[in-house]
Amino acid sequence: MRHKARIAVGPVQFRIGSDWAEPVAALERLYAGYPQDDTRPADATVRLFAARPWRRWLRPSVHIGGDFIVPDALPLPLSMGLLAAEMGMNLQVALGWRRHMLLHASAVAQDGRALIMSGESGSGKSTLAALLGEGDWRLMGDEFTLIDPAGGDAFAFPRAVSLKNEAIAEVAARVDAARLGPLLAATPKGDIRHLIPRADAIAAMHEPARPALLLFPRFGGEMAAEPMGEGEAFVRLTEASTNYVALGEAGFAALTRLVRETPAFAISYPDSAAGIALVEQLWAEAAK
Amino acid sequence: MTDRTYRAAPPGALRIEPLGELTAIFDRRSMQTHLVVSPMPEILDAMGTDPCSAALLVSRLAAAFDLDGDDDVQPILAERLGELAAMGLVERV
Repeated sequence: MRHKARIAVGPVQFRIGSDWAEPVAALERLYAGYPQDDTRPADATVRLFAARPWRRWLRPSVHIGGDFIVPDALPLPLSMGLLAAEMGMNLQVALGWRRHMLLHASAVAQDGRALIMSGESGSGKSTLAALLGEGDWRLMGDEFTLIDPAGGDAFAFPRAVSLKNEAIAEVAARVDAARLGPLLAATPKGDIRHLIPRADAIAAMHEPARPALLLFPRFGGEMAAEPMGEGEAFVRLTEASTNYVALGEAGFAALTRLVRETPAFAISYPDSAAGIALVEQLWAEAAK
Repeated sequence: MTDRTYRAAPPGALRIEPLGELTAIFDRRSMQTHLVVSPMPEILDAMGTDPCSAALLVSRLAAAFDLDGDDDVQPILAERLGELAAMGLVERV
């Protein structure tokens, strides 16, 4: 393809090809601080392409392709090319990765121990991780957490954080503007702006962390924390894993160990400040 | 109603992991995960290797649990055995 980039996020080496320069340039800016090793074979391929040659210029619309595709996915306008690239990268990892059990969860770490937060879109897991990552925590990822099936350790996937809607202003107020990507307004997922993780989080992206606390956040309502049994945590995490079924017994073993060894809570919180305070409190108790 | 007989999965076919109130069962033959609650794990545990009916299960489970004087137990176990068969965890003989 005309425009190419190589990006390494955690253990995943992406090869990205695009019919247009803009999405690749935007990606290269977001991922400029990530380690580069172009000699490594690619684990995942993302293609951003025009369905017809003239659609590169005439009402350009970006189709997402690669090793895995979603049939009938709607293309995005070129102004949202960066979002298309991000969606393509997520898709390839979600459908193709087999070396780890993949959890749709954010994670942060302290002293080699990981706090994993799993929830639906809108649960606030991404915002909580981003805000914690600006404090005393190492951001491991806002979207995926990888669990080593053999040893049980959590591995980071610190892609650029996808801030959405209200979270954009909240985080933008705390970080250097150079760490923010362009505002993608009114996308199918709302307003989106990417946050480049801190340099120390990127530098430590290959370091494993031992899962120490599992949280299932829900944004809104009174502040509450409810301990969750192993069985319910297991059920929720099978639903949150994109490759649990594909991993077979290795996934089953990894997940049973994770829920047995890691205390879990369902939490709800009315705003980010309360959420952070609750998380820190539960962490302090879990760390005892 | 006839008391059907069932056969347990062959040794090593199931990986059974208790997780609090739930029990997760991985079936190595189908690669499927099943989540069950009591009395399913107790039934699987009591089945042994020979064909087993609900009546036989009542007598075996009565030794381990307090089932005395409860006439409902056998039809309930027959129903549960049917459900385990539907999941593929036991086989109708």
